[in-house]
Amino acid sequence: MDKFYTTPEIIGERIKKYLKQGKRFDNRKTEEFREILVETGVSKNAEGSARVKIGNTEVIVGIKMSVGTPYPDSPNKGNLMTTAELLPLSSPRFESGPPKFEAIELGRIIDRGVRESKFIEFEKLCIKEGEKVWTVFIDIYSINDDGNLLDAAGIGAIIALKNAKIPKYDSKKDIVVYGEWTDEKIPLSKNIPLSLTVHKIGESLLVDPTREEEDVSEVRVTIGSSKEFISSIQKGESASLETEEFSKILDLQERVWKDIFKKIEKHLK
Amino acid sequence: MTEKINRQIVIPGEIIAKGEDFLPGDGTEKRGNEIIATRYGLSEEVNKLIKIIPLSGVYHPRRGNVVIGKVENITFNGWVIDIGAGENAFLSLNEVPRYINNDSLDELMNIGDMVIVKIWGINKRGIDLSIKSRGLGKIDEGIIVKVNPNKVPRVIGKEGSMVNLIKKETNSNITVGQNGFIWIRGDKISDELLAKKAVLFIVEKSFVPGLTEEIKEWFDKNRKEKQNE
Repeated sequence: MDKFYTTPEIIGERIKKYLKQGKRFDNRKTEEFREILVETGVSKNAEGSARVKIGNTEVIVGIKMSVGTPYPDSPNKGNLMTTAELLPLSSPRFESGPPKFEAIELGRIIDRGVRESKFIEFEKLCIKEGEKVWTVFIDIYSINDDGNLLDAAGIGAIIALKNAKIPKYDSKKDIVVYGEWTDEKIPLSKNIPLSLTVHKIGESLLVDPTREEEDVSEVRVTIGSSKEFISSIQKGESASLETEEFSKILDLQERVWKDIFKKIEKHLK
Repeated sequence: MTEKINRQIVIPGEIIAKGEDFLPGDGTEKRGNEIIATRYGLSEEVNKLIKIIPLSGVYHPRRGNVVIGKVENITFNGWVIDIGAGENAFLSLNEVPRYINNDSLDELMNIGDMVIVKIWGINKRGIDLSIKSRGLGKIDEGIIVKVNPNKVPRVIGKEGSMVNLIKKETNSNITVGQNGFIWIRGDKISDELLAKKAVLFIVEKSFVPGLTEEIKEWFDKNRKEKQNE
């Protein structure tokens, strides 16, 4: 990452000072997201796709499916693969080439959020036990990075999954007929997981950081949860957390979860 | 009788004029008897001199420019400073107006600090900087806004009219670096943020004629909104 593009320390101090007064640079409350815009079906060739904008941050998530052999330890279950690519066009910080730490982490967090919540019913993606199962690919592309790519990708992934259709499969020739879809959707459970990230800057906890805020964030906790239970947690950045702070984070995440879910509910039908 | 060259958008390699009537200026080059563009921007002719007002691109360092940069590294006799130009710039210990011990350079400026510096020389080795004038040195407080370096003249305005207007309206101190970094320091953080908003508004509207008037209206509108709140 080029140092030139990172946020200067003095801006970090300003952000912390302003947060102490309970204010943020863009007049948002600490629990407030920027405006969320969702568009589905943005890709012609993908099985399902979504474009999510949170303020200036923008990601596109696409779902592809193919038929492959199952893993030996789960012969009757489909597979899931999540990859994220941070495109150089989305930020001067990203370079082309093999995925770096941030891209790998982004992909893994989204993967875990979807996988561990049992959102996809993998048993139903089995064509022939031990031989043929569907593999679901979630591909995340950053279009513009103004902070909080994690949540944008998480929202995009579940909306794209919800809108995806299974392509036709020719069992005689053993090929997937791409470009033709069945009416069947990917079997999903009713428990919709949403992964949301809480950041700690100074003494304040906040959600949906801008690029500048994300740069000075001391702790980042991504919690993947559905209405009923928490299924995944990932902590980032180097500072530590106290038990009390952690329960505050859990409370905050729960409140924000309800708020965000209401906003994107219409895309999840 | 020579024909007048109109303002037009040119791309690198484009022939702007032919013949011996014109002289090549900034962003242009003479090849044979043709004047061609070397940058993307608006071509303009003043007194037979053709120059290009660039619309995009990185900062081109010039001698005498005051710029804002970030300390990238400390060497045994100075600081390497990133000013957003093609190459790194160097601030030598000799160009600091007070005595600094050789092994305590980081006490004056450490890696990651933002500094206001002046370019006093450009040569093959790189860019040489100085902080030997008033108003130069390390930035302690405030916020930094980054804009396209080609929009800097618009932010400053005619003889500083624009930047003075912002200073007056927001009670802030503003230093505009020629490389597109702008330092804003006010009494209240909300003042600084208002100044930042104004700067970004100017950059967005940089092509509008009579911009200073528009900014005045913009400030009036902002003030009313604040009172209503």
